[in-house]
Amino acid sequence: MSATNTEAPAARAPKAAATTPVSRMAALARAELTLLGRSKGALVAGLFVPLVLPVSVRSAAEEMDLAEAGLTIGTLVLPAAIGFSLLFAVYSTLVGVFVVRREELVLKRLRTGELRDTEILAGSAMPAAATGLLQCLLLTAGCAVLLDLSAPSAPHLAVLGLLLGLVMCAALAAATSGFTRTGESAQVTPMPLLLVSMIGSGMFVPLELLPDKVASVCELLPLTPVVTLVRGGWTGDLSAYEALGAVATAVAWTAVAVFAVRRWFRWEPRR
Amino acid sequence: MEANGHEHVIEVTDLRRVYGGGFEAVRGISFSVRRGEIFALLGTNGAGKTSTVELLEGLAAPAGGRVRVLGHDPYTDRAAVRPRTGVMLQEGGFPSELTVAETARMWAGCVSGARPPAEVLALVGLESKGDVRVKQLSGGQRRRLDLALALLGDPEVLFLDEPTTGLDAEGRRDTWELVSALRAAGTTVLLTTHYLEEAEQLADRLAIMHDGRIAATGTPAEVTATQPSRITFELPEGYFVGDLPPLAELGVTGHETDGRIIRLRTRELQRAATGLLVWAERTGVELRRLDVRSASLEEAFLGIAKAVSGGKTAQTTKEYAA
Repeated sequence: MSATNTEAPAARAPKAAATTPVSRMAALARAELTLLGRSKGALVAGLFVPLVLPVSVRSAAEEMDLAEAGLTIGTLVLPAAIGFSLLFAVYSTLVGVFVVRREELVLKRLRTGELRDTEILAGSAMPAAATGLLQCLLLTAGCAVLLDLSAPSAPHLAVLGLLLGLVMCAALAAATSGFTRTGESAQVTPMPLLLVSMIGSGMFVPLELLPDKVASVCELLPLTPVVTLVRGGWTGDLSAYEALGAVATAVAWTAVAVFAVRRWFRWEPRR
Repeated sequence: MEANGHEHVIEVTDLRRVYGGGFEAVRGISFSVRRGEIFALLGTNGAGKTSTVELLEGLAAPAGGRVRVLGHDPYTDRAAVRPRTGVMLQEGGFPSELTVAETARMWAGCVSGARPPAEVLALVGLESKGDVRVKQLSGGQRRRLDLALALLGDPEVLFLDEPTTGLDAEGRRDTWELVSALRAAGTTVLLTTHYLEEAEQLADRLAIMHDGRIAATGTPAEVTATQPSRITFELPEGYFVGDLPPLAELGVTGHETDGRIIRLRTRELQRAATGLLVWAERTGVELRRLDVRSASLEEAFLGIAKAVSGGKTAQTTKEYAA
């Protein structure tokens, strides 16, 4: 260790290369991507599960009267697959990321630097969100080839649903991490949303096949608007009013999550 | 800002910090640090050092009082302060699965005007550890990685929270050398430590914290000067304090007895020691376990801890004024 060549003043005078929000988030995201690749749990939950679960939806679909709901196997399985991807690759992976970084004091350390709080959250979330996006594209291609899915009638709705879903799931993950004490409990705290979404958001059973009263409650669940918009994007039978309602629901959940993050997100472990 | 021709880089006024449970960790402290100075916050664990430094780093808002770093509020005006400060937390804060080089590269991407990561790693002697995962580093190596990253942006102000805890003697000396070189280059350093030697070696000025307050502050020499020197010895059987020559005449300001052990306090060490030794020579008494020591930072430190924690030791030690 040599203490003589510190050369501080010379290098200090002009701050040659000032960082920008984008460059800072990119540096953080790159590190997080490396970490994602090294985490076995995140790889299984994020890559394997969303690619396998749709198969079970498919077998369930064979016992349903899809025609009554105006659906095909493809328009049932694809929205479900995208839902699984958002839930596992994005939401539950990110709960773990935020909690583990907090417990390792990484978030605290990052806050001592130039990164703003939102940049830390966004930069950390980016690799998982990108993985989720990539998966959704792969699943779409897969469904098109394997399940004879035709081209979407209203692709903009599907894209909108997917993007809303990514942002909402990342925000919900940050909110959930505020109520998660350790990396181990991060395996458990995402469960309520996972279960509620799988049962109530039209992933296994389309809302059209549920009793009206139950369906109208299920419409308000966080992941329902995503599934609705993606499915509507393919079937094309979503009215403007219904589409607007779905968007409003997703935006409202995102707003709730952002509020919860501002209120309850923890940047360091409890003392 | 200007005082005695020096710019105050850190100004702390009546600072308070209260935690969620109502515990008041910092109870109204004030100090300032001039540009190019090394200022040490010294104290036992729980004295409030880290709680204070975190407020200066802008990690939390104070419950009361004011902090200014480079003229800005470090909590509300992050964007103005952060590009000019470097921080080393008390404990790491790096993902354990990244390698040293990956960690440094990530951090360099978040620091304006960052030096090449390899250069700062070499500065702390980690140049050969680039491919090692952070989780495989020893505690001391992790401390040095943290120091390297704090130096990446050539900060004007450096906060070091216990920079040498966990380092071996050699690593500690290396860090001291590095910090001294930084000061020579004009960096302002605020460090916390519970190693008295570290404060004595490095600090231009220091403050001793106890129970969230500053108990003493000044240059190491000034703080030391507030403390008396000490002479300790054991009297043989049959001799008592009363047999010694009149203590006040030797310049002794106080004494304690603990069984046969006598402790004298004085501000005139040479006169008191001479008087005592001349008496011992004349009476043919052997003063066993004789220990003559001038005031040190350690004495000051222990004196403060003892003065505040009150008569806890009074049962075993009787204390009299001479």
